[in-house]
Amino acid sequence: MAQLTLVEAINSGLRSEMERDSAVVVLGEDVARTGGVFRATQGLLERFGPERIIDTPLSEAGFVGFAIGMALYGLRPVVEIQFDCFVYPAFEQIVLHAGRYRWRTGGSVGLGLVVRIPFGGGNRAPDNHSDSPEALFCHVPGLKVVCPATPADGRSMLQAAIRDPDPVIFMEPKRIYRAGREEVDETAAVDDVVQPRAALRRRGDDLTLVAYGGNVPFCLAAAEKLAADGVSAEVLDLRSLYPLDRDAILESVRRTGRAVVVHEAPGFAGLGAEVSALIHERAMVDLLAPVQRVTGLDVCFPLMANEHDYMPNVARVLAGARRALTF
Amino acid sequence: MTTPVSETPASPAAANPEGVVDPVVALLGDPRVQRVMGDGGALTDVDSPHGLDAEQLLDLFARLILLRVFDERAVAYQRQGRLGTYPMYSGEEAVQVGTVAAAQPGDWIFPSYRQASIGLLRGQGPEPSLRYWRGDARGLVDPRPLRVAPLATPVATHLPHAAGLAWAARQRGDDVASVAFFGDGATSAGDFHEGLNCAAVLGAPVVFVCTNNQWAISTPLHKQTRVSALADKGAAYGIPAVRVDGFDCVAMRLAAGEAFARAHGGGGPTLIEAVCYRIGPHGTADDPSLYRDAAEAGVWERVEPVRRMRGWLERRGAYPDGLEERLRSESRAEIEAAMQRIEADPPPPAEVLVDTLYAATPPALREQLGAWLDDAGGGEGR
Repeated sequence: MAQLTLVEAINSGLRSEMERDSAVVVLGEDVARTGGVFRATQGLLERFGPERIIDTPLSEAGFVGFAIGMALYGLRPVVEIQFDCFVYPAFEQIVLHAGRYRWRTGGSVGLGLVVRIPFGGGNRAPDNHSDSPEALFCHVPGLKVVCPATPADGRSMLQAAIRDPDPVIFMEPKRIYRAGREEVDETAAVDDVVQPRAALRRRGDDLTLVAYGGNVPFCLAAAEKLAADGVSAEVLDLRSLYPLDRDAILESVRRTGRAVVVHEAPGFAGLGAEVSALIHERAMVDLLAPVQRVTGLDVCFPLMANEHDYMPNVARVLAGARRALTF
Repeated sequence: MTTPVSETPASPAAANPEGVVDPVVALLGDPRVQRVMGDGGALTDVDSPHGLDAEQLLDLFARLILLRVFDERAVAYQRQGRLGTYPMYSGEEAVQVGTVAAAQPGDWIFPSYRQASIGLLRGQGPEPSLRYWRGDARGLVDPRPLRVAPLATPVATHLPHAAGLAWAARQRGDDVASVAFFGDGATSAGDFHEGLNCAAVLGAPVVFVCTNNQWAISTPLHKQTRVSALADKGAAYGIPAVRVDGFDCVAMRLAAGEAFARAHGGGGPTLIEAVCYRIGPHGTADDPSLYRDAAEAGVWERVEPVRRMRGWLERRGAYPDGLEERLRSESRAEIEAAMQRIEADPPPPAEVLVDTLYAATPPALREQLGAWLDDAGGGEGR
């Protein structure tokens, strides 16, 4: 099996799907000749040619709309948004068209479209290159929103997203694109639709740390430290942000009685609020403490000198865990 | 140095010897505006060969009547409380009929809301449109059999769709083009620019038809743009663009024919500016007396497409007696029968809210709807 980073695994998933299905096309800014600014599409031009991997004008509304037209004709376009904040010009296309097309055609035409969004901070990037906009898309009917945390998931979840008959927002935690390698089975079976299935990354009894994307490693590190203090923390990687794996969340919290939800996006009306509400509505009698949130501040993502003042990290996850443990 | 903005753009030809400006001539007398049919007055017939035979001409006329009668009935039904808010298009039939007649059957049509029943031109029958404007989800239909995309209510956002679909068809080796309809207001929106630019750069076989009816609700063209001819915007994308008399169905048919030929021949996109005038209100909820002289709309009656084409056919001895009346009564009977059928249906069930959103409905959605209906007394509170 290959030892791959997350971004290499995404490349591997794209390549496999393009090999398997000639309807899969990739488009975006600088994706073909340079292989994308993060090199996620490296080598695809040489293999598949300019009719399958397309450098577009700097025109997010234009090329997301273009991809919607492609999907309407039966292609399976995978759009790369170069950086998180660059998706905002395409918001109208995603909300009013990608999410609504199946409904608007009486259920007949789903758009098999994937919008890949490298997102989040911690990369010492310039202004407008570090947002975490996932909650905006979770609020939009008709979309699915997923976020891998590991190289193996980066490959298999992208493949499932490409095969899914509905539009999928594929959030890529770019801070951990090259954080490490793991064995990725490039022959593993692939789901034909996005599975709203969370992954239990660490088993524990006293506390559930709920996270996704780049915060899963923080939670695993925090769980390690808690173990040294005799606290057994479970780590649940959501993977699918819409739909949520409600059963996995509730099952875990009913066992541990405590939950901390961690994300980098601003806390107000974020995924943490949704998960917390779910737990309080359905499992309150099993709780030993109110659900805690460890999230980004409700501010503009800062310039790089203040990144560490904004980002969740292991210490902040531990602080959240202690609040839950000492309630 | 800026060009002064003229409130009433007029060419010298527009003023008669008494100096009174004829708005029809001011608008359509521009030599760049392609025309075939005169108006029986100051605008003269252009007798260069148009290449259409008698059957094709009468077919165009029949389609004008079909669209016109639907529009008249829809407005009447809205006034009777039988349809919701409706954007009438009377006066803009020639743009739709001429363009669709020039398309191949396999070409895709991307309408805006103003082309409120354009599926009729592909043989759709009036039911889906009537249902849609009644607010009945059963009017949301599969666009693929007739290749008519759903009406776009957001402005200009469907232009990139038309481009992408046409590009996809070409990539698959299919000889399929697309056409997108939009208005003058849409040319101010970002997606107009992005749609035309992406289509041009990527070489998509698409025809962009701008129905320049001079008004975006209350905003006149000169407050929309400092460009006096919207066709001039084609130059910004390096694509051919033409101005056509949008009340003239034959001129529209010829211009669209050239544009589709270019698209199918690998020549990429074309922009057609169909110059016309919004004779009616923006929609049934609009009151144009708030922003323009009520008498103004009347001057356009002599060039509106039905009267225009009938007069032109009559001048050529090519108009069969009683044709319009016969076509009107046939169309009206079909539309009325369809309206009665759909009114006899029970309202759409609440399940339409969740059942058509995803290929497989997430269980949480179904639960949410179930609980919501229970809260309202098992759905009895509707």
